[in-house]
Order: sequence, then structure tokens, then C-alpha cells
Amino acid sequence: MGAFLQDITAGIDPYILQILVNIGIAIILALGLNVITGLTGQLSLGHAAFMSVGAFASALLTIKSGLPFSLNLLLAGSVTALVGALIGYPILRLTGDYLAICTLGFAEIVKVVFLNLEITNKALGLTVPPAKTTIPMPFVVWICAILAIVAISFLQNSRFGRALKAIRDDEIAAESMGINLARYKLSSFALGTFLAGVGGALYAHFLSYINPSDFSFLKSVDILSMIVLGGLGSVPGAVIGASVLAAAPEFLRFMSQYRMLVYGALLVFLMVFRPNGLLGGVNFVDLVLRALGKKPTIPVGTGREGE
Amino acid sequence: MLLQQLINGVALGSTYALIALGYTMVYGIITLINFAHGEIFMAGAFVGLLAVAALKLNIFVAMLLAMVVSMAMGVVIELIAYRPLRRSSRLSALISAIGVSIFLSSLALMIFGADAKGFPSGAFPVRQLKIGEAEISSLQLLIIGISALLMIGLEFIVKKTKIGKAMRATSEDYNTAALMGINVNRVISFTFALGSALAAAGGVLVGVLFNAVSFNMGLMAGLKAFAAAVLGGIGSIPGAMLGGLMLGVTEVLGVAAGFSSYRDAIAFAILVLVLLVKPTGLLGRKIQKKV
Repeated sequence: MGAFLQDITAGIDPYILQILVNIGIAIILALGLNVITGLTGQLSLGHAAFMSVGAFASALLTIKSGLPFSLNLLLAGSVTALVGALIGYPILRLTGDYLAICTLGFAEIVKVVFLNLEITNKALGLTVPPAKTTIPMPFVVWICAILAIVAISFLQNSRFGRALKAIRDDEIAAESMGINLARYKLSSFALGTFLAGVGGALYAHFLSYINPSDFSFLKSVDILSMIVLGGLGSVPGAVIGASVLAAAPEFLRFMSQYRMLVYGALLVFLMVFRPNGLLGGVNFVDLVLRALGKKPTIPVGTGREGE
Repeated sequence: MLLQQLINGVALGSTYALIALGYTMVYGIITLINFAHGEIFMAGAFVGLLAVAALKLNIFVAMLLAMVVSMAMGVVIELIAYRPLRRSSRLSALISAIGVSIFLSSLALMIFGADAKGFPSGAFPVRQLKIGEAEISSLQLLIIGISALLMIGLEFIVKKTKIGKAMRATSEDYNTAALMGINVNRVISFTFALGSALAAAGGVLVGVLFNAVSFNMGLMAGLKAFAAAVLGGIGSIPGAMLGGLMLGVTEVLGVAAGFSSYRDAIAFAILVLVLLVKPTGLLGRKIQKKV
């Protein structure tokens, strides 16, 4: 099995493969933040820090123990979720921008702590040995990404997901309907950071080198841009946003030195012309049904176009 | 020793306060975290540097020039990147602001290169003055003096002038202010101009203080100034001043106490601790939940 998959990955151009893996990891990270910011409406500016917690936890697990990679991933995710919950517990009482700046603050603190810890090799960063698995990394990444897509899609329409959306839309109304705000916010934070941890672990083992400075504020902003660009709270949106922004630097590579300049301008123009994201307000099931002719398009003038 | 650190802290803190004021004023009026503000601070520093190094201007004239250029920049940025998004979700405006920030810092990287530039020697004559045990340089004195002067000026504009009254009204209630005949767009442009001018002054002062101006100086300074604004209670002008001073002093004291490798974390640790006790910052208004 492993050898067969290895043959497949060997057949793909390594450059394309790398872009594909970057997209896969970005999808996992974006979906995680989508749970926290898109579904629950809690703006987090520190997603990259949780990614770094997962990355270092998993790298250390690979170095110090002989666990198979699947267990390693689960553990790294759980450790991150635990850290997320520990940090989230006190700060989720804050609202709006105060919460955002607190997550940003924690992210900076996490980065500086990693830069000063002996076990994470300080500012030199860690070289990560190969993952203990026979399946090639690109496949592992995409299996995780697809699992995450499926899980979050189901979650969105579950009882849990509906509670999260209720909190996003109106906290007071949600609370009066019997939703335990603190518990649901904390679970959503833990779930989002779990995915960040898994994404970080995959990132560490794919690149085989990690440095605390890689997980800076700009990385968090990158992930946030993905979900806002795709359309907040939408799984296809997060997937498309992640794919576009993870691949964009590669496609802009031909203009090497103007790359970030164009990227910044692109963000502004996309927001000005598509303020709700590329897929904001687009209902996929509806679109498919209409395309199949199963559902009539809503006639103009019934006052329901806004839906 | 303690007095010496306090002086250093206040000098650093007043530059944070200058930047924080821009964040807090813009936030007070349109509830937008203007992430491009740190980049305006950086641009101000570069304009000041160019004016001193290339045009051989006096440092004070250079600072005025930097303030004027940054004012124009602030107004144009608001016009292009934020005004079209005023009725959309706040997150979209936030991403747009981040886009502007990335754009400006990479523009500066292209124009000025990656290495930090210093002011020509003698741009500002530095003399050491003795106060008891401690030493204060004429530069620190200048920084504290100019910051105080600018803040008094700001306080005057906001409290005593007609446009200041309009600013306060707009931040109180955007829609009602518009109904009362206030030209809200002009007020917002004015707010951006004012905040950008203060940030540019801060940029020139910091550039002279550390003798380094670089394309990425805006990021950390911007984040810390934003932390200062939140610490004081975002939207509150005295809060931003207080928050900036507090952050500057604790940072310098923390470094003096031997935590220099944790320097950047100190500001944020203080911020998180304060928010846990006072969730809306030191001088922030309590948010009343309405049903």
C-alpha cells in the first residue's frame, strides 16, 4: 500500500506536489479558524500560535518517542486543544475586539516563549525527523484535509453547530434559549485549535524544519484572510479561500519582488468588490438543485430575493 | 537606577501613546482596527529621514513635513480602502486594512531595501543632563516634550473646536450625528488625518531615538500601540495616553529586571492581565447589553 502510494507521489512534479500539500494544510487551518470565527463569531488573531503549539508538540513527539504518526497527530491536536481551552477559558468572557487583541497578545507570548525555551532549540528552530508512517506525507495531508472537510460540514448542521451559529447571531437570544454560552464557546475554541494543532503537525513534518518565527502574526492574518475571502462560516468558502491564497504566492512568483505588494492590493480590491467574500451568501445546495431543475428559482418581487 | 528606568520608560511610552491615539480615535468613530496605522508610522519615519538626509532640513521642519505627508496618506487610504466598506461587515474592513498594511510595508521594502537606515549624525544634538542619580538625554526630553505638546493640542482640538465637537458626536452615535447635519465623511477624513499626523511624529521621534528606520518597524510598534489603546480602553483618548505610558514603563522595567529576551511578550502579558480584571480596559466605558 505504502509503496504503491509512494510511486504515485514520485510521479508528480515535486513543485506541484508542494503546492498541493500547502493547499491541504491551509484547508485544515482555515476550517479550524472557521469554526471559531465563522461559526461562533469569535474573532481570533492568534491561530498561527496554536499551529505552532501543534507543530512543536508533534515534532517533539517524533523526536522523543516511537509513536506511529497517526497517534502523534491526534496527540498533537489534543495538546493544542488543551492549550486552546486553557487560554480560552479566561479570555472568552471578553467580547469583540477585546477578545481579538487578547488572542493576538497570547500569540505573541507563545512565540516569544518558544523562542526562549531550551527544548524547542530557541531561535535556531527544530529539525524534524521524518514521520513514522509508510504513507507519503502528501496523502496524509489530504486524508486529514478531507476528514476535516467532512467533519466540519456535518458539524455545521448538527445541534452543536446550530448552537454555535445562534451564539454568533445573537448571544443574548442564544443564552435565553438555554444555550450555555461559556461551554459552547469553549468547545468551539477547543475544536478550532485542535485542527490548528493537526495542521501545524503536518506542516512540521512536511517541511521537516520549524522555527517559532514562522508562526508570526502575519501567518494568523493569512489564515484569517482565507476564511474572510472565501466567505465567513461557509465550508466551501473556507476551502476555496484556502486554495486561492495558499496557491496565490506561487502564481505571483513570476513577479517575485512585487509579490507581496500585489498580494496586499489584491486583499483590498477583493474586499472592496466582494465584501462578503467570494462565496458569501451563496447557497450550494440551492445552486445544485436549481441547476438540476429540481427547484424553481425564486421569482422576483416576492420579497424573498434577499435570502 | 529606578528613576533612570522610569525616564527611559516614559520616553518610549510617549511614542507608543502617540501611535495609540490614532488607533483609538479611528476606533472610536468607525469601530475599525486600522491595521495600516503602524505602516503610516513607518512612512512618517521614512519621510522624516529623507527630509533630513536628502533635503538637509532641520529635524523639526522634517517632522512637520512627515506629518503633512502622512495626513494625506491617511486620508487617501481611508478613501480607497475603508470608505467603500463602511456598510459591510467589520471583518471585511479589517482584512482590507491588513491588505493596506502588507501593501505599504512591501512598497517600503522595494523602495528603501531591507536594511535599517540611520539618521545622519548630528541630525539632533544629544546632550546628557543630570537629574540626581539619573541621566536624561536632550533627545528623551524632546520626545517627552513634543508628545506632551501634541497631546495637549489634540485634547484642545477634540474638546474646544467645532470639528472636535463633531468628532465626539460622531463617535457617540454615527447615524444621529449624520441626521443633525454633521458631514460624517469629512469628520472621518479629519480623524484619519489627525491620527496619521500623530503617528508620523511618533515615527520620526522613534527613528531618531533608536537611530534606525526600516520597512518592518511598523508591525511591532503598531501591535504594541494597539495593545496600549486597548489597555487604556479603546475609544478613550486619555486611555490611550495612559496605556502607552504604562506599556513603555513596564517594558523598560521588565528589560531592566533581566527579561530582555521576553521584551515583546511583556507588553502583551500586561494587556492580557489587565483585560482579565477589567474587560473593557482601564478607562473604557462599560458596554451595556441591550435586548
